[in-house]
Amino acid sequence: MFDNLTNKLTQTFSGIRTRKLTENNVAEAIREVRTALLEADVALEVVIPFVEAVRKKSVGREFVASVRPGDMFVKFVHDELVSLMGTEVSSLELRASKKPAVILMAGLQGTGKTTTVAKLARYLQNEQEQKVATVSADVYRPAAIEQLRVLSEAANAHFIATTADEQPVKIVKNAVSVTQDLGFDTLIVDTAGRLAIDDDMMAEIRELHDSLQPSETLFVVDAMTGQDAAKTARTFDRVLPLTGVVLTKADGDARGGAALSVRAITHKPIKFLGTGESIDGLELFHPDRLASRILGMGDILGLVEEAEKKVDVDASERVVKRMLRGTTFTFDDMREQIKQMSDMGGMASVLSRLPTAPNVKVKETDDDVIRKHAIIIDSMTAKERAFPNLLNIPSRKKRVAAGSGTRIQDVNFTIRKFKQMQKATKRLGRMGRSSKMLAQLEQMMGENK
Amino acid sequence: MNEKTSRAQSKGILTRFSSALAKTRSQFGNGVSSLLLGRRQLDEHILEELRTQLLMSDVGVAATDRLLDNLSRAVRKKKLRDGESALQALRLDIGQAVAPLQKEFKVSAPRPFVILVVGVNGVGKTTTIGKLSHHLQNQGHSVLLAAGDTYRAAAIEQLQVWGHRTGVIVISQRPGADSASVIHDAVEAAAARDIEVVLADTAGRLQNKSNLMAELSKIRRVVQRYDASAPHETLLVLDANIGQNAITQVQEFKEAANVSGLIVTKLDGSAKAGVILGIAEEDPLPLYFVGLGESQDDLQPFDAHAYANGLFDS
Repeated sequence: MFDNLTNKLTQTFSGIRTRKLTENNVAEAIREVRTALLEADVALEVVIPFVEAVRKKSVGREFVASVRPGDMFVKFVHDELVSLMGTEVSSLELRASKKPAVILMAGLQGTGKTTTVAKLARYLQNEQEQKVATVSADVYRPAAIEQLRVLSEAANAHFIATTADEQPVKIVKNAVSVTQDLGFDTLIVDTAGRLAIDDDMMAEIRELHDSLQPSETLFVVDAMTGQDAAKTARTFDRVLPLTGVVLTKADGDARGGAALSVRAITHKPIKFLGTGESIDGLELFHPDRLASRILGMGDILGLVEEAEKKVDVDASERVVKRMLRGTTFTFDDMREQIKQMSDMGGMASVLSRLPTAPNVKVKETDDDVIRKHAIIIDSMTAKERAFPNLLNIPSRKKRVAAGSGTRIQDVNFTIRKFKQMQKATKRLGRMGRSSKMLAQLEQMMGENK
Repeated sequence: MNEKTSRAQSKGILTRFSSALAKTRSQFGNGVSSLLLGRRQLDEHILEELRTQLLMSDVGVAATDRLLDNLSRAVRKKKLRDGESALQALRLDIGQAVAPLQKEFKVSAPRPFVILVVGVNGVGKTTTIGKLSHHLQNQGHSVLLAAGDTYRAAAIEQLQVWGHRTGVIVISQRPGADSASVIHDAVEAAAARDIEVVLADTAGRLQNKSNLMAELSKIRRVVQRYDASAPHETLLVLDANIGQNAITQVQEFKEAANVSGLIVTKLDGSAKAGVILGIAEEDPLPLYFVGLGESQDDLQPFDAHAYANGLFDS
């Protein structure tokens, strides 16, 4: 739904010939926005003022003939999203004056607090070279403490052992003094999941907060959360002075309306996105990109940034130059593309950042298919890679199949894909670099459904 | 484990059900019903109020529109006089819509009767297994648990605590072991000990991760090597806090794991799980239980009537 909101909005204006947005001609588009936001689980109390603001902004606006009314309206929705979410990327603010600086985690059951603690520990150690310790004050959920111990070990963070018979307040007091003595920069405190309507448990976390005086109090919210995100966030924000939000399970297919709800209600920045269960699945949150994503404009910025960070610039330049010169596309080029793609986190990761263009459904197995292409290419000789026609010889094909542990059919499939890409490359001569990449991605993915 | 658990355990089931609801009420007022109980003349305003309440309960746009259309039709036919009768009609409509989901959970003949528990991360699968184990034991069944979540840190230990609490054997292997093989072992162990029910935990997985979803099919295949009719139930656990994505979860897990029934957890919070209405429309599956807390008694059979009333806090 979110993905094609832009298309839908443009369509609702397709019959309109006037040069002015009026109460009448925006009504349907407003309804579309409202429905899309609700379907995306944005809280109703946030949706209502949002669409009202868009309506106010758009009605009565005149525009020049060169602008399509649909595009104009999309821009208003975009602007409103940006003004709601803000534009700044905010990271952690850990007071250097206080050692250890404390990060307190809070949220409902099952949102991913414990996993996030370990991810944050790793992040602070790697990105900010901090000495990080973790402690669990979750004495309720069975094996919650053990879970944090295992994850902290994986993150290489110092874990302060506790037991389920201890009192949470005593646990955190002790943890602060231990980490102070040992000279840690940061202490991350995991807490039990709690319902916002559980007064006793809310009082407990308030007490933990009073005792810890944390630099950061992070509200952890599941990206799949529904309407109740509004109530829950409001209660947590009232009981605790929250400093930020972590949106977890953001790699799912939920539209993540909870991000808008929580932001609109608490006015606290979303600082991180949790993606995946591995310990490095934590990203800074870029609010401006969310707006583009909601409208289906794609996260071009994110793709470019990621690409610059990870891709071997020289190699990709080489490929692009060859393409522009019209030199034959070889297996070496295909291999290079695959490498770049996996450096960027695989097919799904690359495509999710592009605009609506890819009309293919990404499956994780697509990455497996591509991995197989890579293995097969790696089993070719340098000569075969440079002169693909050599592979018409059956004995060579057989050797490549044996070398890569695949079947002849798999080798044939890779060759077929290669030929399609080669053909596509010829057509791509005049395209820009990013659209070229997209077209190639589509080539590589199409047909293996 | 702690005072919280024992506190909850000391109270009866009904007391806890109504106290959970009362908690919701006191926090957020009487919802829509207080507004309507004044027998106000039925007007657009009241209908709008009802629409708001439905949308805020995660009922979703399509299901809400359908309910309100029915209501408007009744209003036009002058069947409804005031706000209260409108609310009653709506409750009835909702109750009827979800009634097909209400079904008693029964353990039947195949022995061991294998129950596979699946769902996305953090919905409460392991806790639900603990509660379900307790429930089935109360019904006189012998139970064995399979620690099939070999992926998440300390998931095995968490299930072992539940095994200890409910006094049942837990079959487990090392973290990282093959989930299908753990569950297969558990089924064999249950057969050897003549235990009636195997409750198998699995790792949480997001439904768009096709390789993880494929693993569920593998688990099924491996279990079927022992008994072609197994698993006899595959229960999808849904979190009441999750919004419209729950509908996709039902679709995808049904496709990948042949889900035969649902359990909705965390209904003791302020989230109402109105998405159940959407599920009833799109993918009706028996909703066997709802979870109302963290202790072993906090599992209740789903009651369509109570659910319809709960949406409006009355």
